[in-house]
Amino acid sequence: MKNTSKGSPTNQSDFEYEWNENILFLRKHMTLPHIEELIGKVLKDLPKFHGSTVIINLDNLDSIDSAGVTGIYYLQEKSAEKKINCRIEGGSDSIREKLEIFRYEKPEILQKPVKIPYLALLGDYLYYIYYEYILAFFTLTANVVYWSVTDIFKSKTTRKGEFYNQAVNIGVNAVYIVVAMAFIIGLVLALQSVAQLRNFGANIFIVDLTVIAMMREMGPLITAILVAGRSGSAIAAEIATMKVTSELDALKTMGLNPVRFVIVPKMHGSIITMPFLTILADLFGILGGMLIAYLYLDIIPTVFINRMGESLYNRDILIGIFKSFVFASLIVLTGSFFGLRVGEGAEGVGKVTTLAVVVAISLVIVADSILGLMFY
Amino acid sequence: MKGNHRIIEVKGLSASFDDRRILDNISFMAYEKEILVILGGSGSGKTTLLKHLLGLYNIQEGTVSVLGKNVADIEESDLKKLYLKMGVFYQNGGLLNSLTVGENVSLPLEMHTNLDENIIRYIVNLKLELVNLKEVFDLYPSQLSGGMLKRAALARAMVMDPPLLFCDEPGAGLDPVSLASLDELLLNLKKQLGISMIIISHEVASILRIADRAVFLHEGKVIFFGPIGEAMNSKNPIVKEFFSKATFNI
Repeated sequence: MKNTSKGSPTNQSDFEYEWNENILFLRKHMTLPHIEELIGKVLKDLPKFHGSTVIINLDNLDSIDSAGVTGIYYLQEKSAEKKINCRIEGGSDSIREKLEIFRYEKPEILQKPVKIPYLALLGDYLYYIYYEYILAFFTLTANVVYWSVTDIFKSKTTRKGEFYNQAVNIGVNAVYIVVAMAFIIGLVLALQSVAQLRNFGANIFIVDLTVIAMMREMGPLITAILVAGRSGSAIAAEIATMKVTSELDALKTMGLNPVRFVIVPKMHGSIITMPFLTILADLFGILGGMLIAYLYLDIIPTVFINRMGESLYNRDILIGIFKSFVFASLIVLTGSFFGLRVGEGAEGVGKVTTLAVVVAISLVIVADSILGLMFY
Repeated sequence: MKGNHRIIEVKGLSASFDDRRILDNISFMAYEKEILVILGGSGSGKTTLLKHLLGLYNIQEGTVSVLGKNVADIEESDLKKLYLKMGVFYQNGGLLNSLTVGENVSLPLEMHTNLDENIIRYIVNLKLELVNLKEVFDLYPSQLSGGMLKRAALARAMVMDPPLLFCDEPGAGLDPVSLASLDELLLNLKKQLGISMIIISHEVASILRIADRAVFLHEGKVIFFGPIGEAMNSKNPIVKEFFSKATFNI
């Protein structure tokens, strides 16, 4: 078979190839820019040699790079697929050396993905969510609750002063921000109600509205949201960093349970301080309402307090405090859960911290709605 | 073989994560009062093997026996007792950043013994002196240099006088001088306290200084297990290349 096709795919001076019967002569420099066009053209010529032999001659090749070597082996492989025996011959020592160094390994053929029905995909996804998040969260919750209760009666499970440190970090240090925000919320809540109540001549009901809203809903909720943002993120970041830097592994191999050593003191600290923070938030929220009642509706503090005594029941106070226990537990559990699930490195710590705050606030709001319905 | 007593025995250990085979039929043993180095390139499965030896990963296939206890089916309370007999020295120290060096080193004593505070302080100072650290008791880990951090971690790993010490890449990130002094320290500890050590490393200079025997991992498989002298002369091309290229840089 006579074939004399010639080519210089990119630049005449850089690279040339020529067919002489069944011999493909490659000349000058076979490098990356030339491969694509060479392969395209030679592949078109190959069917002519079906069942026979093709020789790739490298005697006149001055240089070759890894892409060039890959191109030659690729042509050899494609020839084999077309039942053509393809041999490589000639070439200087350096060219032969490069052919050895960059020997072409046939990439694994990617199998066409099997189409999975949407319902099966949904099932897989739901199972993943159940197994990786819901079950894991409840397992951690059971673990933390168990140790939180049993460790009250055991002295040597954490370092001395750890409960105090956590109570200060989670509760005491949050007092100023919680008090300030609660006061503003109480103020705004009362202010928005003033105009409506005045229209109906129901000025005194500003007390009922402010007090009950603050005690049952706004006080616990505002406190929980602020603590989730402040301490939930800190808990997640601290535990995640401890995991990334092998501190949790170190605790385990010192015979210490990380849940008891790290999470339980945080749980104790938050459960003890959150109700007090909530009561403070309630009081300052009511104070804000009292100020507006005095300034806009001429309700003096004595009247406000007397009316408060009539409209407020113990039940309202207890519901608020009960909510604060639930919210405190949720914040610590969520922060710890995401902290323990950290991947690798600083980026992982950032991700779980953000997730912990978002999920903690969402769970607090959902729990508030459920408790609101239960105690309506 | 320094002692006849086997302190670690691994048989047919295999582990896969996300369908990737990380450890493949690993078998070796370590004897008391010797330094066994687990070596191999990055990604060869060294740290995964260590975590299996420490009981931090569940054993999927095979058996791992540490100080006579089978880690695969050990009860949590027994595992805790086992941990008290071994010290672990992590690659990045693993010191708790919220505690001072003194508090870190005293932590195991504080939590597992009823010793008086003054005695604990005495023991901790002794251990800190043993690793050539002075006046760091009240410093936080973040205030220490890399070499000091490693030595503080070593002091904590040894504070309970364990018969077995695991070290995960102790020399990582250290300059050659600090690395040599850390090696010297490990050898002294072995000599003075008779501690057996399992050390993960790929620092050839260090391995040659301290190792009695070696386990060479490559792509999750043991390709060499024996005395360090034999490893140097191994005919296995990967082991040969590891030592020849690495010793070239010494």
